[in-house]
Amino acid sequence: MTSSSPAAPRGRERRPRDSRVGDKIFMNLARGSGILLLVIMGAIAAFLTWRSVLALSTNEGNFLTTFEWTPDAPKPVFGIAVLAVGTIVSAVIAMVIAVPVAIGIALFISHYAPRRIAQPFAYLVDLLAAVPSIVYGLWGALFLVPHMDGLTSWLNQYLGWTYIFDQTRTGTPRNLFTVGILLAIMVLPIITAVSREVFRQVPRMHEEAALALGATRWEMIRTAVLPFGRPGIISASMLGLGRALGETIAVAVVLSASNVLSLHILDAGGGTFAQNIALKFAEAGDNGRNALMASGLVLFVITLLVNGAARLIIARRKEYSGANA
Amino acid sequence: MIMAKRIDVSGLSAYYGTTKAIEDISMSIEPRSVTAFIGPSGCGKSTFLRTLNRMHEVIPGARVEGKVLLDDENLYASNVDPVAVRRSVGMVFQRPNPFPTMSIYDNVVAGLKLAGVRKKAVLDDVVERSLKGANLWKEVHTRLNKPGAGLSGGQQQRLCIARAIAVEPQVLLMDEPCSALDPISTLAIEDLIGELKSQFTIVIVTHNMQQAARVSDRTAFFNLSGVGQPGKLIELDDTQRIFSNPSVQATEDYISGRFG
Repeated sequence: MTSSSPAAPRGRERRPRDSRVGDKIFMNLARGSGILLLVIMGAIAAFLTWRSVLALSTNEGNFLTTFEWTPDAPKPVFGIAVLAVGTIVSAVIAMVIAVPVAIGIALFISHYAPRRIAQPFAYLVDLLAAVPSIVYGLWGALFLVPHMDGLTSWLNQYLGWTYIFDQTRTGTPRNLFTVGILLAIMVLPIITAVSREVFRQVPRMHEEAALALGATRWEMIRTAVLPFGRPGIISASMLGLGRALGETIAVAVVLSASNVLSLHILDAGGGTFAQNIALKFAEAGDNGRNALMASGLVLFVITLLVNGAARLIIARRKEYSGANA
Repeated sequence: MIMAKRIDVSGLSAYYGTTKAIEDISMSIEPRSVTAFIGPSGCGKSTFLRTLNRMHEVIPGARVEGKVLLDDENLYASNVDPVAVRRSVGMVFQRPNPFPTMSIYDNVVAGLKLAGVRKKAVLDDVVERSLKGANLWKEVHTRLNKPGAGLSGGQQQRLCIARAIAVEPQVLLMDEPCSALDPISTLAIEDLIGELKSQFTIVIVTHNMQQAARVSDRTAFFNLSGVGQPGKLIELDDTQRIFSNPSVQATEDYISGRFG
């Protein structure tokens, strides 16, 4: 709008200078935001690292392999073995359940449901994302846990030979499996929403290409929609995984925490990083808090690694992404 | 051996929701010939083309009345599976649309894989034959595992033709296959059409009348009487006759450029 043509109406005339000032302001704002983000990330990492070093220098046990968490004892001993395993196992269970379901729902909304059903349905799924985690936690503790017995004993009976479904101790199902199911429900909306948008963006001409070759609707989805949406599904899953790894209060309410490391996911007990921090922070002493920050740093690193891996997977297939179509 | 089939259309109308797009079209198309559809934008020639492999009905709300006989089989009979129809009537689209997530090789065999062919030797064979048939083999045989979307527009369109003929359809429909291509690529496709007609029944929609004159044996002129009115078949005749001495005045007006 830097027009200086004689035909331009007088009132609207603007000198080129003005817009250049606007440009500068906007550029600096954008640049400033970018720098601010880096500064904040750096500050968090530096703070966590500093506190972690303080705590780790007092640790009498091995931080990576110790089960106990007693950083405030006269001889501080603490380790992340139970937490790391619990965090990863519960997140994996959540992803195994949530990703296929989310893809199914997303496909239903984008390709199967008639429009007047798809719209409200999509809205409903989005609503699931608006429920606060404490509500999920309470629902999990008050409803899910008491109703898990049937499923738990069925899995134990028929899949007990797989080790992971082998129930070695009886007790309330406040275990990693229940937590995984709860996390699956919590991450479902974000994975669904992102996948749905990706599926909607599949160019009509690729779908028609498949149909014209004699594909059924499901074959069309397999040949054109899912491969095109693959990077999007991965990104969506990573967003969900990030939430599952970091979910705090819902896990804290449902899981009965213990220092037991076990891959028997139907046995009560275990812990996750975020849940452990939430439970122990209030009553922790100075060293206890530093130790908790050290565990937080590990969660931070795990999340970074997972995201990095996802980016690698997407980048590896870039030339097949459809971005150049 | 591919069995090119004749097409007999009678009393065919197509709708988008309540809007009638084409009305009461009847025509016969001989096997191993090239038939061109010409006419102004919106006259329904693409819609009509898409009724010949039941692709019209994939648009929500779209439906078809009337008959399309492929040899003696009605494509719109109640016991006919549209998926099966599309396997025997191939289609090439206006814009090249190779599957972006697939290699050149996988693009060519996509239709066969859908039909359940898995044997590597068979697939290798078909890839070579189809790419040679589409005059693309020489250009791509050293990089069959590279993405199809990395080719030029003209090569992509020939890849799409290779993909369509790989399943040995009886009829090949082409919806303005050259409209997104430069003149050299267009010439390559036109030459290819001339070669393919020895095996397939080819129907091509084109906005380019010189192209219709160059590639087709028969030409059908479609027109509509006004905006919002359904398109109709005005006349179908030998291409030479349509472009030299058409029997309907509207056709003559259109091909001589006196049409708005």
